Amino acid sequence: MSDAAAIPADAHGHGHHHPDLQHHFDSLQQQHEAATLGMWLFLVTEVLFFGGLFMAYLLYRVWYHEAWAAGSRELDIRLGAFNTIVLIGSSLTMAMAVRSSQTGYRKATVNWLLGTMALGLTFLVVKFFEYKDKFVHHHVPGFDFQVTGDHAGLAGPMEIFFSLYFTMTGLHALHMVIGFGLMSVITWMAYKGRFSPQWYTPVEMSGLYWHFVDIVWIFLFPLLYLVDRTSQ
Amino acid sequence: MSHISPKRTYYTIFALLMGLTVLTVFAAFNHLGVFNFPVAIGIAITKATLVILFFMHAKYSSQLTKLFVGMSFFFLLILFALTMTDYLSRGLKTYPGGAAGAGYGVRRAEAVHEPAATEERQEGEKH
Repeated sequence: MSDAAAIPADAHGHGHHHPDLQHHFDSLQQQHEAATLGMWLFLVTEVLFFGGLFMAYLLYRVWYHEAWAAGSRELDIRLGAFNTIVLIGSSLTMAMAVRSSQTGYRKATVNWLLGTMALGLTFLVVKFFEYKDKFVHHHVPGFDFQVTGDHAGLAGPMEIFFSLYFTMTGLHALHMVIGFGLMSVITWMAYKGRFSPQWYTPVEMSGLYWHFVDIVWIFLFPLLYLVDRTSQ
Repeated sequence: MSHISPKRTYYTIFALLMGLTVLTVFAAFNHLGVFNFPVAIGIAITKATLVILFFMHAKYSSQLTKLFVGMSFFFLLILFALTMTDYLSRGLKTYPGGAAGAGYGVRRAEAVHEPAATEERQEGEKH
């Protein structure tokens, strides 16, 4: 380190490196790697955040298997499947948006991002009508919860099922809303031409977040809507 | 700068995810007995793996990033496995006839006492 000549003369200048390269990184590559790692570390905490709810789901399912089967059949499988397709579709458009920003197509990036937002909004609208339907049928825990017909005896444990249904899908929907906000900012930045094939980190990090939210739904769909359909 | 996947890869993965979604709905309406749950979870894990590897570029990430990705699911498994080990083993009988059969509680005190009494008696007879 004593050899001053080994350090480039303009190491702390602004002229010769990319404007988006921060000073504490050696290169854009290193900066990108650090951002990716940090984003994944955040996602690890998110996995465990949702993990606690999945754990509760698993245990109560073992305890109240029949109520779980009955509760699962109360959910609208067509809406659930439709939303699964919508969300996986939005993951495709997101992946394409990242690819467009990597290759430097500004207009394509903006369009793919707008597509992702449109699909995300579709998901939330469908979810809104599903929730509304649950209020109509008194399947919302704490709001005059009722079970009629064959499963009236399972009302107690079924209320637990619906508590978990609303907590898990609600937390997921909250992530969708946050993702939608994130996309709005990224789309605006892309529209303003802030990204280039050298620097598109925000697009890719938002993409990681969006795909993670998709993965949560990939598990929620079979666990809430599909599992126990045929039992009894 | 980092890996750029061809468009074809993304469309292929999307098609696979759609196919697996149809498969999981189809499987749910068929009575597979105890296998309904493992099949649904297996398909979900396969779909999640495809998303992580190709959409999230984990396949082309550094070793350290891959370690972090694996770590999240490793800790998730610890959460599930240890919690379920506790809850599911609470009602288990550890010995034929349950805890009483294993000699715990009042009965155990008698069982421990008896051989000692016999020994004393034998010793007494010797004298």
